[in-house]
Amino acid sequence: MVEPDNTKLSIRDLTIRFGNATALNKFSLDIRRNEIFTIIGPANSGKSSLLQSLNRLNDLNPVYQKSGTVLIDGQDVDKIDAESLRKRVGIVFALPFPLPLSIFDNIAYGPRMHGIRNKKKLSEIVEKGLRDAYLWDEVKDRLQTPAMNLSGGQQQRLCIARILAVDPEVIMFDEPTSGLDPISTARVEETLRVLKQRYTIILVTNNVAQAARVGDRTAFLLMGELIEVDETKHLFTSPKDKRTDDYITGKFG
Amino acid sequence: MRFRKAKEFVIERLIYLSGFMSIVFVVLIFAFLLKEGLSMFWRVPISDFLFARNWYPISDPPQFGILPLILGSIFVTAGAGVISIPIGIGSALFIAEIAPRRTKEVLKAGIELLAAIPSVVIGFIGMVTLVPLIKNLFDLSTGLTALTGSITLAFMAMPTIVSIAEDAITAVPRQYREAAVAMGATKWQTTWRIVAYAARPGMVAAIMLGIGRVIGETMAVMMVTGNAALIPHSMLQPVRTLTATIAAEMGETVQGGEHYAALFAIGIVLFIVTFLINGVADVYLHKTKK
Repeated sequence: MVEPDNTKLSIRDLTIRFGNATALNKFSLDIRRNEIFTIIGPANSGKSSLLQSLNRLNDLNPVYQKSGTVLIDGQDVDKIDAESLRKRVGIVFALPFPLPLSIFDNIAYGPRMHGIRNKKKLSEIVEKGLRDAYLWDEVKDRLQTPAMNLSGGQQQRLCIARILAVDPEVIMFDEPTSGLDPISTARVEETLRVLKQRYTIILVTNNVAQAARVGDRTAFLLMGELIEVDETKHLFTSPKDKRTDDYITGKFG
Repeated sequence: MRFRKAKEFVIERLIYLSGFMSIVFVVLIFAFLLKEGLSMFWRVPISDFLFARNWYPISDPPQFGILPLILGSIFVTAGAGVISIPIGIGSALFIAEIAPRRTKEVLKAGIELLAAIPSVVIGFIGMVTLVPLIKNLFDLSTGLTALTGSITLAFMAMPTIVSIAEDAITAVPRQYREAAVAMGATKWQTTWRIVAYAARPGMVAAIMLGIGRVIGETMAVMMVTGNAALIPHSMLQPVRTLTATIAAEMGETVQGGEHYAALFAIGIVLFIVTFLINGVADVYLHKTKK
């Protein structure tokens, strides 16, 4: 079983509503340090709502209501101020969206915002972020060109580098490869495997095969309920719930 | 069948024609301005016209130096800009980014209403409220000053600035905001460093069009600036703008006369200035669209 000090995020009885629609119902889950935790499930199963509760992006939605708690390192996220929480729990969205700045400034944006002014320090952070996202070799000679000129796959890795530059503890990926070609997808997956040595990674994906490829543990969500969570290889080879089996074998969803 | 084809053809041509009409009008207006105004420059060299210090069109011999008028326009416009640009951009940011939906609707309707008030009414209100206020506040002999004109005109530039800047801000993709917030940016950091940054070209266009409106405005300015064609040394002196000069003096001129031509020459100057300002605004508006 999970040792208590190995738990990074602990979700307890989390219920999320948007107006009258329930997105998550009495949801409990522990996510461990340095694992790739994948979440699968059909559309509207509450995957993205879950992610956006972990770093309180949902707070920006006026009809959002929640009950239950989310703990990060044992501390209630609602007691941490939202900006520092979001710095610790980064998110990469489905579609890459570079800011309308140069490649360098896209990545330096976060650190600058958090008060780093020193030019040399910034260049180091930018280079490290790009290297960790496996983008450095492709862009090192054109850091001052607009980030918009990059290809889709490069943009997504730029978005990863951008998150790495604010030095988070947890990185959440919300279907990060849904708009990418297979080669770019493979690069992003490769990146995830390396990143997990230093970060806790949560990956939401519509691609069941992707979850099987990169996940350490996998949870299956359906209509806001946690149906099953297990080591990825167990979940995919011998699911305990019939609905999980149906979903991963493509019978519905 | 043939009738339908003919109908299509006629309608197509009519729409085509209406499309070109506006350009034709602009060209015709400019041609007319040139025809009436250019003769001025046979009599007075352009540099004298623009930079001579005296505007005495009906003394003998007349002196046609529009420097005091140009400075009058610059003083009033700059003053109006200083007042309306920060307030206008601030209120656009507030409406687009911060205000709850209800407030937003009310504010937008209010701004549109402000744009719909005829300039003579704004001028009139300025005359009865602002003029005595400025006079007492600064202990002047008259409250008809460049400052009064600036404040009055700021009210007229604001709706243009707010509504165009607000459009530009609203057009910034939601994902920019999400990305910034997800990296731990505060509301203000997101609004200022990302949203305002991305909407910059639209904001420049908004400012330009607002300023364009101020330069071209006539009636309200004429009512509150005192109309003394003297070179101003401070915002608290009466001034006369280019536009007010044309409006005030056109009635007294002889058609085809020297004074008449001088007023048209002022018209050319104004036309060129507003054309340039609109041009700049246009360049920036297209930048936003990209």
